[in-house]
Amino acid sequence: MTKSPVPIRFKDAQIELAHGSGGKASRRLVEGLIAPILGNPALDDAALLSLGCSLLAFTADSFVVKPLRFPGGSIGELAVNGTVNDLAVSGARPLALLSTLILEAGLSAQVLQAELEAMQQAARQAGVQVVGGDTKVVEHGKADGLFISTSGIGLVDARVRLAAASVRPGDQVLLSGPIGDHGITILLARGELDLEASLKSDTRSVWPLVEALIEAAAPGLRWMRDPTRGGVATALNELAREAQLALRLYEEHIPIRDEVRGACEILGLDPLHIANEGQFIAIVGPECSEAALEAVQRVAGGQEARLIGEVVENPAGVVYTVSSYGSSRVVDMLVGDPLPRIC
Amino acid sequence: MKYVDEFRDPKLIEKTAEEIRRLADPKRHYRIMEVCGGHTHSIYRFGLQDLLPENLELVHGPGCPVCVLPMGRVDDGLKLAQDPQIILTAFGDMMRVPGQMGTPLEMKAKGADIRMVYSPLDALKLAQKNPERQVVFFAIGFETTAPSTALTLKRAQQMGIPNFSVFCNHVTIVPAMRAILDSPDMRLDGFVGPGHVSTVIGCRPYEFVAREYARPVVVSGFEPLDLLQSLVMLLRQINQGQARVENQYERVVPWEGNPAALAALAEVFELRPYFEWRGLGFISQSALKLRPEYAPWDAEARFEVAGVRVTDPKAAQCGEVLKGVLKPPQCKLFGKECTPEKPVGALMVSSEGACAAYYNYVHRAEPVSGD
Repeated sequence: MTKSPVPIRFKDAQIELAHGSGGKASRRLVEGLIAPILGNPALDDAALLSLGCSLLAFTADSFVVKPLRFPGGSIGELAVNGTVNDLAVSGARPLALLSTLILEAGLSAQVLQAELEAMQQAARQAGVQVVGGDTKVVEHGKADGLFISTSGIGLVDARVRLAAASVRPGDQVLLSGPIGDHGITILLARGELDLEASLKSDTRSVWPLVEALIEAAAPGLRWMRDPTRGGVATALNELAREAQLALRLYEEHIPIRDEVRGACEILGLDPLHIANEGQFIAIVGPECSEAALEAVQRVAGGQEARLIGEVVENPAGVVYTVSSYGSSRVVDMLVGDPLPRIC
Repeated sequence: MKYVDEFRDPKLIEKTAEEIRRLADPKRHYRIMEVCGGHTHSIYRFGLQDLLPENLELVHGPGCPVCVLPMGRVDDGLKLAQDPQIILTAFGDMMRVPGQMGTPLEMKAKGADIRMVYSPLDALKLAQKNPERQVVFFAIGFETTAPSTALTLKRAQQMGIPNFSVFCNHVTIVPAMRAILDSPDMRLDGFVGPGHVSTVIGCRPYEFVAREYARPVVVSGFEPLDLLQSLVMLLRQINQGQARVENQYERVVPWEGNPAALAALAEVFELRPYFEWRGLGFISQSALKLRPEYAPWDAEARFEVAGVRVTDPKAAQCGEVLKGVLKPPQCKLFGKECTPEKPVGALMVSSEGACAAYYNYVHRAEPVSGD
């Protein structure tokens, strides 16, 4: 979670679902309450720990998705890939994971076994090991079957130093692939809507793509983020606010599958607010943006990566899109929760 | 995407915008109201105001059902939800609407059983699954959503489901348009007529606007080209001193409306003698209530509904914005005390509300408020 130039105070009387949505309320909770009390203004998605001449990235994430299995993935896979991706977008090769399982009494052993196997398989694919963890069982009704928390540690590539402060006007915005697949898949998998689409969650480790990006563009690589809850809009708004720059996105360059666009049209949602699991956004210098894009597109699963916009000076702190017919609109952070709890 | 992409063709959009600029007589100022909140949302979302000449002003009308619902009705609904026997169900866009007691989401966080549904039929299914509880559907919307409430009520009656009822807040658009036309502030030159409502009621109900008030109405779709083409049609009429009802949205809107939906409405609902609209006050015969035959499914007949009246927060100028007298950022609270996250006035709640649409999509020299 990036920092706003203006200190934020948390004045809300109680915790609501919106505080977990990844949007404005989440930001207020973290910046206004959690970070000041825990005493570290640098609190972020992943912490960087200096160890002599090496830099380690250290991160944690929790997964409370419902349903546990959905087209293209499951909570076990998400729990590994989500944490691996937090490390990857810090420029770190994932080294090891710890996992905490919170099991609800009554959970089927078969379901648990399947999720553990999914975790193991995802870890193998990401080239990382689960090296320990913790297991708790809570009363029936106190959890949705299974919650998983994972923490991970990774080694930051010595060639990259990612920070919002490094971002400059003229830098390019690179998106690794189509957005909204995960959020819309989960929404449809709940079966609450009579919509059908052949969509799959995009859950995957993005490390192979990031690794190629580092190789191709390390000196010009300024900032990265995985746009999970709150989507691309929220991640880029955090950057715009922290860097006090503007992001201009070209609407027709943003890859969105027709199924996602269709569902968003029907439900009145903005695809830029929908959660992703297997994508990242990178800000790269203009001198290496084409090389960066080609490098990502050469990796399996990176073919649909695109340069979607650029960093400009004004209006500072604002993300906006430009349409193919010349009009523009502001893209704000997510407010509230467009979908009940999706990742 | 079929039926979407062809209405977002950049070349055609540019051509149509050019036609609008050509038609707009520089010697005069045009004020055109888009009645429907869906149009307001589209105008901002697609940045259409960027393409229009300065002397063509779009005024945002009263066609967002969430925005015109008075706070007292929200509180009445929330009071029902305080009964532990009751599961209150509502559409998603109702969940953040503030009453004096708070919003449905806040009440839910405090333990009230309030659930979001995607259609009234989902609420009926919930009643079937929970026979020991009472399920109340908080119904809002114009003629667009009223038919699905009507069909759900017919089904509840046919199936004899005893634990389902509707707290009816459906309103009708035509009396609101008449109230605006009768307002002393009225300076409108024409109307972009609502697309979704018209799929049900057709175009004929707007003929009085042309006949009695000499203002043209063009019923419009929601894509950029739909709206721009409707503006071309309106400008042509205005420039020639004509006032007719035209149908730009012919691919969806039949001139006479949808007879099956109209029949369902007539069977289940009757007009209330009067109903309070937020910002517009009491308007006679402007809302629907259940007919006596449906009393067993009428939450107002079955439960004690206080009928509270809550005056709007004094500083909020929703009424003036709704009538097109003020632009959203001209309201004293806009972007300061009143934001989409913490709305004071209803226009900031729904994505179809003029203030929320403006706040979310229009460039701000500085971010108004992040928090």
